[in-house]
Amino acid sequence: MDFLRPASWEEALAAKAEHPTAVPIAGGTDVMVEINFDHRRPEYLLDLNRISELQDWHVGEETVQLGASVPYTKIMENLRTELPGLALASHTVASPQIRNRGGVGGNLGTASPAGDAHPALLAADCEVEVESQARGSRLIPIDAFYTGVKRNALEADELIKSVHIKKADGPQQYSKVGTRNAMVIAVCAFGIALHPETRTVRTGIGSAAPTPIRAKAAEEFLNSALEEGGFWDNGKIITPSIAKQFAELCSGAANPIDDVRGTASYRKHAVGIMARRTLGWTWESYRSGKGRGAEGVA
Amino acid sequence: MRVNFTVNGRQQEADDVWEGESLLYVLRERMGLPGSKNACEQGECGSCTVRLDGVPVCSCLVAAGQAEGREVVTVEGLAGFAKQRAEHGGCASGACGSEGGTSLQAAQQWSAKGTDSQTGEGTELSPVQQAFIDAGAVQCGFCTPGLLVAADELLERNESPSDADIREALSGNLCRCTGYEKILDAVRLAAARQGEAV
Ligand SMILES: Cc1cc2nc3c(=O)[nH]c(=O)nc-3n(C[C@H](O)[C@H](O)[C@H](O)COP(=O)(O)OP(=O)(O)OC[C@H]3O[C@@H](n4cnc5c(N)ncnc54)[C@H](O)[C@@H]3O)c2cc1C
Ligand code: FES
Ligand code: FES
Repeated sequence: MDFLRPASWEEALAAKAEHPTAVPIAGGTDVMVEINFDHRRPEYLLDLNRISELQDWHVGEETVQLGASVPYTKIMENLRTELPGLALASHTVASPQIRNRGGVGGNLGTASPAGDAHPALLAADCEVEVESQARGSRLIPIDAFYTGVKRNALEADELIKSVHIKKADGPQQYSKVGTRNAMVIAVCAFGIALHPETRTVRTGIGSAAPTPIRAKAAEEFLNSALEEGGFWDNGKIITPSIAKQFAELCSGAANPIDDVRGTASYRKHAVGIMARRTLGWTWESYRSGKGRGAEGVA
Repeated sequence: MRVNFTVNGRQQEADDVWEGESLLYVLRERMGLPGSKNACEQGECGSCTVRLDGVPVCSCLVAAGQAEGREVVTVEGLAGFAKQRAEHGGCASGACGSEGGTSLQAAQQWSAKGTDSQTGEGTELSPVQQAFIDAGAVQCGFCTPGLLVAADELLERNESPSDADIREALSGNLCRCTGYEKILDAVRLAAARQGEAV
């Protein structure tokens, strides 16, 4: 085994171009488990810890450019306002020690259906910036990123540089089912983001299909129901029948399996419950936000 | 490969390190510092917790090469680390002066010496270590080093943590013996003493 320690992003891209089988290691919280248990014996480990720009983030007008190696702890501490869904999801990851090391780049690299960043990223909407020495950088829309069980759209010579995530323009929530609070891989998880600017709602579901997914039929139903009822303007409580149908469609989007953490039917059920609850929480927050706004004017 | 890094405030060098080796393995098997425990090797138990550039991490999940040029504090250096922090404020890592730190030999020989069941008597302990003894928070002791490092870091950044803060900070450390109550007592005790001292 060789340990490659590029000091800059350019050096890292060059190393990856020369050794496409090299395994990048950021926080190591996925990679080291595999090495410790002899599940993986890569020829080259490509350490990304020395590349400082991967640890940085920039808050722009419309998006946050989040470096691939920014640890979850930093997201929770610094980006709660701009990325509330991802900050909530980050807080559910493992333990403080793991959150101090692991980050979104590694979560995307592993692309596990149980990864907690994914539902939040799908709901917020984002693009993954990847780069290779040969072809330069490209932006992969998050909807095209997950290509199969633990597979993603990266080419062998590419590295993830950052994620360009839409700044929240409305309330976001993240909900996760597990046996306890800490150190739990999701039985299933649900992310939701209200986007009042475009009058749309986006979702993300974890651990309930071969890849992280959006509940698109549920989103379409809800978007038109909210539009028809004038809900975005009047800020009324969403009727129970709309919430129920949204929940059922979310549940129907799930295509889970039975495994040690839960059965397929339980997962479908739980996704529906989380969908209804998180819709209720976010909508309540949207309505009260509107209320405050109006008071402020009056 | 060779790894140069700072351990407990002193510059160290580890040789013949295998590229896939963890920082935990280097500390235990190459530096002779078995304080950090190896239980799960998958980040689940926290018994291998050390500070890496001040940040609590599972040393079993840090590749040895990733520690190159960085500062590690293990439980063996915790007393010295806490003492320096108390005397010099923020810079306890030894990076700001050549005087500080715990030598490898001293760290290797570290033990909570005692003449009777009053373990720790006669040895210098950090406030957190003393509180663990006083509160009866140690049974088999396997989880203790990781908990001490995590609890010490909590009290460094939060002088008077709530119970929720303590639970959160220690949520990555498993204990099979105590049922955690005495551990919570110990951290509360250390926090209270820290408050009195100020
Ligand atoms: C005890 C424990 C509990 C956990 N609990 C959770 C949990 O609750 N929720 C959750 O989502 N995850 C959990 N994980 C998994 C892990 O912590 C996350 O997936 C984390 O986001 C990985 O980030 P990392 O930086 O440590 O990745 P690494 O282990 O460094 O890398 C992971 C993968 O991504 C690749 N990679 C990393 N960076 C890049 C890059 N810039 N470009 C291209 N490829 C890259 C690596 O080659 C590797 O394949 C847990 C892990 C442990 C050990
Ligand atoms: S040995 Fe590292 S967390 Fe268990
Ligand atoms: S005292 Fe035995 S594991 Fe905690």
